[in-house]
Amino acid sequence: MKRSERIVALAFMVATASALALFVVYVRGGNPQAEGALLALALGGVGTGLLVWATRLMPRIHDETQPRKKAPSATESDREATVETVEAGVEEIRRRSFLSRLLLGAAGALGLAALIPIRSLGRSPGDSLLTTKWTAGARLVTADGTPVTSSTLEVDSFTTVFPEGFEGSADSQAVLIRVEPELLTLPPDRSAGAPDGLVAYSKICTHAGCPLGLYLAATHELRCPCHQSTFDVLDGARPVYGPAPKPLPQLLLEIGDDDNVRATGDFTGPVGPSFWEEA
Amino acid sequence: MIVRRAVDAVDERLDATSFIRHNLRKVFPDHWSFMLGELALYSFVLLLLTGTFLSLFFVASPTTTTYRGPYPPLQGQEVSLAYESVLRLSLEVRAGLVMRQTHHWAALVFVASVTAHLVRVFFTGAFRKPRELSWIIGVTLLVAGIGAGFTGYSLPDDLLSGTGLRIIYSAVLSIPFVGTWLAYLFFGGEFPAPEMLSRLFVAHILLIPALITALLAVHLALVWHQTHTQFRPEGTAEDTVTGTPVWPKFALKSVGLAFMTFAVLAGLGGLVQINPIWLYGPFVPYSAPSPAQPDFYAGWLEGILRLWPNWEFHVFGHTIGTLFLPAVVVPGIIFTALALWPFIEARATRDTAIHHDAQRPREQPVRSGVGAAGIAFFVVLMLAGSNDVLAKYLQVEVDTLNGVLKVLVFTVPVVIGAMTWWVCRDLRDRDVAPIARPARTEFRRNVAGGFDEEEEHDASARAEPAVAAHGDREEPS
Repeated sequence: MKRSERIVALAFMVATASALALFVVYVRGGNPQAEGALLALALGGVGTGLLVWATRLMPRIHDETQPRKKAPSATESDREATVETVEAGVEEIRRRSFLSRLLLGAAGALGLAALIPIRSLGRSPGDSLLTTKWTAGARLVTADGTPVTSSTLEVDSFTTVFPEGFEGSADSQAVLIRVEPELLTLPPDRSAGAPDGLVAYSKICTHAGCPLGLYLAATHELRCPCHQSTFDVLDGARPVYGPAPKPLPQLLLEIGDDDNVRATGDFTGPVGPSFWEEA
Repeated sequence: MIVRRAVDAVDERLDATSFIRHNLRKVFPDHWSFMLGELALYSFVLLLLTGTFLSLFFVASPTTTTYRGPYPPLQGQEVSLAYESVLRLSLEVRAGLVMRQTHHWAALVFVASVTAHLVRVFFTGAFRKPRELSWIIGVTLLVAGIGAGFTGYSLPDDLLSGTGLRIIYSAVLSIPFVGTWLAYLFFGGEFPAPEMLSRLFVAHILLIPALITALLAVHLALVWHQTHTQFRPEGTAEDTVTGTPVWPKFALKSVGLAFMTFAVLAGLGGLVQINPIWLYGPFVPYSAPSPAQPDFYAGWLEGILRLWPNWEFHVFGHTIGTLFLPAVVVPGIIFTALALWPFIEARATRDTAIHHDAQRPREQPVRSGVGAAGIAFFVVLMLAGSNDVLAKYLQVEVDTLNGVLKVLVFTVPVVIGAMTWWVCRDLRDRDVAPIARPARTEFRRNVAGGFDEEEEHDASARAEPAVAAHGDREEPS
């Protein structure tokens, strides 16, 4: 027995044994590592056997040189005849210009009609991207529904908040941060919306829509984990670094008589990445 | 006997004997780099097999349920039916995890081998007339492969995939005029719409695989019909092909390769963990993993997003979203240019002839330079796509690293491209006129007592420049 022949025989035997072992592993409850390894051995055994067989045990099959073309190429007149056939057909159709125009019209109308099922695929955007679930007087609650009071947050800590009744809502998620009130440099019409240094912004990054997960208390910055857009919390969430082009919309707040933190309305602008309908 | 009856039966009905005989004896040229396309083909076969298995267990539903499976950290947590079904498949169905991980590994190897195959075809000029259509189909297959990968890893409804999906949604949203409508039609409504998962599922298990299967069929039929390019052995003509006959040697080798591909992927699937969604947790819209890394083939797209400046354009009371250029226009231009490369090159070199020879990269220094620059560009972008991980590893600020990468993404391709061009040109010229040893000069004493100088004419030093074995010498365009 030649050496190559022995290798092929061994490979096929390994394959057979591994495949049978796979049965045993499976029946005895399975184990991903053993399954993967045995499957690899079984498949690899067959593969190795075939490859060694083909390359080492088929030396009598030599490389061969063949013409690339089976039949001679078309001649110039063949091509000419083809062109004439096509053109004659087109001419035959166009001869009835009235009918052929009607046919075009029908095809166009059918194309339009095909838009109808496509239209069914989605709701009309309407103003859904411009509004969220926040309304005047909505209580701020955390993801588990706990209402936020004026004393929930210590200075330089933050939490994710939702309008009460819409916990987990994707477009209404906001990040509430408490900072030293005198550090805030918000525009005059917005500073009243940050009582006691409690300031809230949309949590959706204006770059690609990832939720902002990181608050850097030392510099009072919010940072997006996806593409590192960074927003200055003190200065109206102005983007200070990274690819985000515009500030995070602010959620103006008030502290009610019951000490609950409430929104005074929706965000100051559309949340998330910009889109065509946005001014 | 059985074979005889089969041949008779087919011939009587299809009159196909000469066709079959011809194709059994058809030869395919052999070179290690020709294996890359086969590798892609066989990974796709395995994707179909494992994917069919997975689809029988997956539930494409965002409806929430309380997790009561065997994985303790998630017990009692609200998860979607989709996430739960993938957990069940991974942790409870016997052999389920091996199937799932093999599927994911096969997807990575599929895109990787399509890319490697494309690089091989590019650098050897195998895309030239008459094979432009194969090239365009190949580029489309790459795009479809990336789409298949993306829709696939979005399905388990885990935290990582949800974040990726959110970015794609934002990219669609950024398209001028029709962005919001397109996003709503594709995803079913504002992110995260309840229809999303079932749509991704249909795209992933029907639309994209059907497209890939159809394109692969045409691609293979074209290779078969037009014959494979080759590095032409000396003494043969360009309109001939030299190689191994299909039956039995080439067939055995190719099937052997198929089994080896399956073996490696099954080994990876069983032994090397990938996409452990139970560690990521279920998708919640107000949470994102950090650091988050997409699969490798999306790394360069992620890199563009991370390096692109924060531009946003306002026109006539409308906004062109910031993602439109980096996530839609730039990738669109890249893939269009790639698909049209055969025509771009043919026009630049004014070469409209039919070619069957595979070229060595040195024979076309300009093309090789462009190719190398392109690879360098993607490598820098991929690094940028993991800038946070890289910064941590290098112990520098992400901001500093980003500044450096913004410079590197333009300079590295130029430097690599120029160096490749220069090296290729030098190698080519050396093939044409090999460096010879210097001519020997003899000094002889003459009768007058002085010296005569005589240069010895060395045959190799003065030989006519030989025409390169693999093609005519051409000035770079």
